[in-house]
Amino acid sequence: MSGATARERSIARASRRPIASPIIYRLQRWAIELLSLLLAIALLCWTIAPIYNMWAIALDSHDDIFSGTLWPAHPSLESFHVVVTQDFWYLAHFWHQFGNSFIVGGAVTFITLTVGSLASFTVGRMRLRNGWMLTNAALMTYVIPASFLAIPFYRIMQIYGLANHLSAVILSLSTFATPYAIFIFSQYGKSIPMELDEAARIDGANPYQIYYRIYLPLMAPALVAVGTYALLLAWNEYLYNYLMLSTPETMTVAVALAQFLNSDESPWNFMMATAIIYALPPILLYYGFRRYMAAGLTMGGVKG
Amino acid sequence: MSVTQQALAAKAARSAGSRRQVWYGELISAEFTWAVAFALPYVVMFFAFVIYPIAYGLWLGDQPALYEQLFADPRYLTALINTVLYVGIGVNVKMFLAFLLSGFFMRKRWWIKALLVVYILPWATPALPAYMSIHWFVNGQWGMLNNLLYYIFGIDGPIYLNDHWLGLACNIGAYIWKNMPFWTIILLAGRMAIPTELYEAAAVDGANGLRRFFHVTYPLMANLYLVCILLDTVFALGDFNATYFVSGGGPAMQTEVLATLGIRYAFTVALPRLGVATVMTALPVLIPLVIILMRKLRPSEGQL
Repeated sequence: MSGATARERSIARASRRPIASPIIYRLQRWAIELLSLLLAIALLCWTIAPIYNMWAIALDSHDDIFSGTLWPAHPSLESFHVVVTQDFWYLAHFWHQFGNSFIVGGAVTFITLTVGSLASFTVGRMRLRNGWMLTNAALMTYVIPASFLAIPFYRIMQIYGLANHLSAVILSLSTFATPYAIFIFSQYGKSIPMELDEAARIDGANPYQIYYRIYLPLMAPALVAVGTYALLLAWNEYLYNYLMLSTPETMTVAVALAQFLNSDESPWNFMMATAIIYALPPILLYYGFRRYMAAGLTMGGVKG
Repeated sequence: MSVTQQALAAKAARSAGSRRQVWYGELISAEFTWAVAFALPYVVMFFAFVIYPIAYGLWLGDQPALYEQLFADPRYLTALINTVLYVGIGVNVKMFLAFLLSGFFMRKRWWIKALLVVYILPWATPALPAYMSIHWFVNGQWGMLNNLLYYIFGIDGPIYLNDHWLGLACNIGAYIWKNMPFWTIILLAGRMAIPTELYEAAAVDGANGLRRFFHVTYPLMANLYLVCILLDTVFALGDFNATYFVSGGGPAMQTEVLATLGIRYAFTVALPRLGVATVMTALPVLIPLVIILMRKLRPSEGQL
């Protein structure tokens, strides 16, 4: 049998189900293989369809969008060129907005990692008696939908004097990313032996030195996973960006992209080209750090 | 000093000591200062950006008249029904499919491993471009879906987004498309954590496919599955993007869900209190969910 491993064969032999004949058995295996191939093809189509659609529209020239073909008749990179050279009035500040998105992403990542690792260090390593209150507060924040708090957040940022300022978005998104950081860090921190801290303490290290010299380096994989998570969250978020940033100079790409929907006759090919350029950094980041991401996501996922 | 006074003084001293112990735990005072300093950033963040918005929101939505106005509004009732369907179908169908697919991805074939890499793409793509593409994909006149139907089957598909139920179905489909890969990965990790010895033992005992599922896979995965369902219910309840970008709430606000209706009341109609009240009506469902999830997710229990 081609695909079966020695273990599978021995299991098949051990099971009491009588195997009628080698031919029927082989046919069964072929049928299963064929079915899973069909399933794989269906799954591939389902996954690819909207992404294919995105490219098909972006490669269209402006006159062909409403022609209703499955692939553009005259594919061209014209719309990408328009986006990159900011040659359309919705896109006049495109690169500036791209930079804004990077600033927001970077700042949210930094705040999330700093605040999250400090808090989880206190709870996990310093045995503060009522540290569980901190963990519970973080958990509660994690399970409250961000969109439900959008209206009060909008008002509160005005009260704090941060309306239409990037820091309003940075602070609100950090608030929603930090609980996940605390959660993952406290899970991961358990795998670092306490004896290391104790040894350092005997050598005269203060808690900050333990945090900086021992805790952080050993937490590197979790930091990468959560950092990627925070960066993606900040880059991909729309609602808070939209509510808090209103002028073209402060906007992030997400808000600029959604602006295309405001006009009745949207240049859909420009919009999709913008969308693809906007989607590339997170996709590259995701596939680059896939190993860490998967580890981070599943770190607490299953009871060990 | 009388005996009573002595006893009182001793009691006071003891209670002071125990209070000290409650807050300090096993820490000596210098370390306690460090611990507080480390926890402070998150505590400040929690009060400034979680407690304050929640309190502010509760204050905004505290007038009973708002709720009378809301319940008399047919758009609200439509949104409520939509939300129930959106969450009920979106979460359960997706999770069940993700569970089945996680079994499929356990198969050891190179092309299934390759498929998994592509299958993650919807999750890695930001919500905004993905939903915009789906919005155009299901466009009745020029969308890819109806083009395909026409080329393959020679039929004219309906104008999906002009119909209440078809529009809602598109939103749900988009939500499933975007999030199914994530939950598949989580459940796949759960399945991988089941020791193969259990399956081998079951096979030796004569358990075939279905029995193996009901006596090994199901009992070990049930808790993880439940946690995923609950967590995703909260996420779906607060999901804003799919509805906002796929159907845009239309036609005539018939496909709105609570999250988008709240934002629409607050920022399009400029009735922030009504917006908050809309979202608040989800609290009777949200609060029990949050409490159950906080218990289930506590780090000591080690779940996602």
